[in-house]
Amino acid sequence: MTTTTNLRDAEVDSSIRLRSVTKSFGSTEVLKKVDLDVASGEVVVLIGASGSGKSTVLRIMSGLETSDSGEVWVGSTPLHDPRRAREIRGHVGMVFQQFNLFPHLTALGNVTLALRKARKMSTSEANTVGMRSLERVGLSDKAESYPSQLSGGQQQRVAIARALAVSPRIMFFDEATSALDPELVGEVTAVMRQLADEGMTMVVVTHEMRFARRTADRVMFVDDGVIAEQGDPEQVLTNPQHPRTQQFLRKVLEA
Amino acid sequence: MNTDLIIESLPQLLHGLAVTVGLSVAAIAGSTVIGLLVATARTSKLPVISQLGRAYVEIFRGSPLPITLLFIYFGAVYYLGYSLNLFVAATVGLSLYHGAYVAEIFRSGIEAVHVGQREAAQVLGLSNSQVFFSVVLPQTRRIVMPPLVGQYISLVKDTSIAFLIGTVELMKVGQSIVDRTGQSVPIYLSVAVLYFIICYPLSVWVRRSDRKVVSQ
Repeated sequence: MTTTTNLRDAEVDSSIRLRSVTKSFGSTEVLKKVDLDVASGEVVVLIGASGSGKSTVLRIMSGLETSDSGEVWVGSTPLHDPRRAREIRGHVGMVFQQFNLFPHLTALGNVTLALRKARKMSTSEANTVGMRSLERVGLSDKAESYPSQLSGGQQQRVAIARALAVSPRIMFFDEATSALDPELVGEVTAVMRQLADEGMTMVVVTHEMRFARRTADRVMFVDDGVIAEQGDPEQVLTNPQHPRTQQFLRKVLEA
Repeated sequence: MNTDLIIESLPQLLHGLAVTVGLSVAAIAGSTVIGLLVATARTSKLPVISQLGRAYVEIFRGSPLPITLLFIYFGAVYYLGYSLNLFVAATVGLSLYHGAYVAEIFRSGIEAVHVGQREAAQVLGLSNSQVFFSVVLPQTRRIVMPPLVGQYISLVKDTSIAFLIGTVELMKVGQSIVDRTGQSVPIYLSVAVLYFIICYPLSVWVRRSDRKVVSQ
């Protein structure tokens, strides 16, 4: 059993490839030919001003939006093919700015919903997996709490546990700490760092420059619908080449 | 006030009340099923489906309930060649009519659930129907409960209109006693009290669920 699981794990391809991806909302062109590669196990941080298109890139990679043209490959799944785009559901994890926890379910109920419904696990089996998932984010003692009884940081950690429960190939974070009080940001970024250390493939949209510097393998600066600059965090954040990157970082660091 | 007459008429009135309760329960179930289906259609992304849902709502909200009932009853005779059981005809008519209002209540509830809830469930791998039944619908319950029970109260009172096609429910029983005895005030008053006895608990229930929503 263990051998087959490991074999399957080894075969799981969690690379991402975007080629000339475009996307418009109405007459607004949000993405203008984006090319992007993420290797298995890599942690990529997307930075950029709001409206630059970085969240749209993330939503396309997680199957929440479809691209207008170009190719989007997540592992061997072609998301640009509308007939096959759904195959990605349940195989990647997404953490939202507003948590999006299900308010009518407990923390454990949130974490186990997909296991019970989509994976057809028995309740006891799902609870075992769910508790393990809550332990990973340090919240097994909150299993029976409802989202409204948890702090923002705890809610976001439950949301991460919920995404982890289905054993995703890739984790996407869409400004996961932007809605949190400053003193609660650390507990969430700590969980994210721990996932990165465990070798999870991650694409993170964030304004937390400290997180980017300490955890990212690569930082991409998205500007006006294209990836204007990319490289290792030190290079992009300390010594940016593109004038728009310099301008953006100056503003962020002043704030 | 003629209390003897009221006491004497009580068994008949209670029999009418039983029919009214049966009619209410059946039509509440029917209108809820219709309401859910039509609301699902109205919130569909396919324009044809949502327009059909919209047409349903407009048609039944735009016609008086007595006409709907008469049309169902006499329409069955005219088009099918036989008359429906009076209880069935009344149930169908009330369900179709109130289904349109229930659909609008469900629709507003479904639309009040934040789109992020759906997105989170989709990424987790839930199918569209699982998203609807496990994530969206349970959250609409808190939003729709107060207006929904209000609608059910209207429905209970509207069962009295079934007397038009001859269904022997509380209103019809009361009316025939009045026809026989000429004592309208005590009988209609008794009938009103009996309606109140079914509607008031529903009303209390709404107020309680209202309070619960506020405290959450």
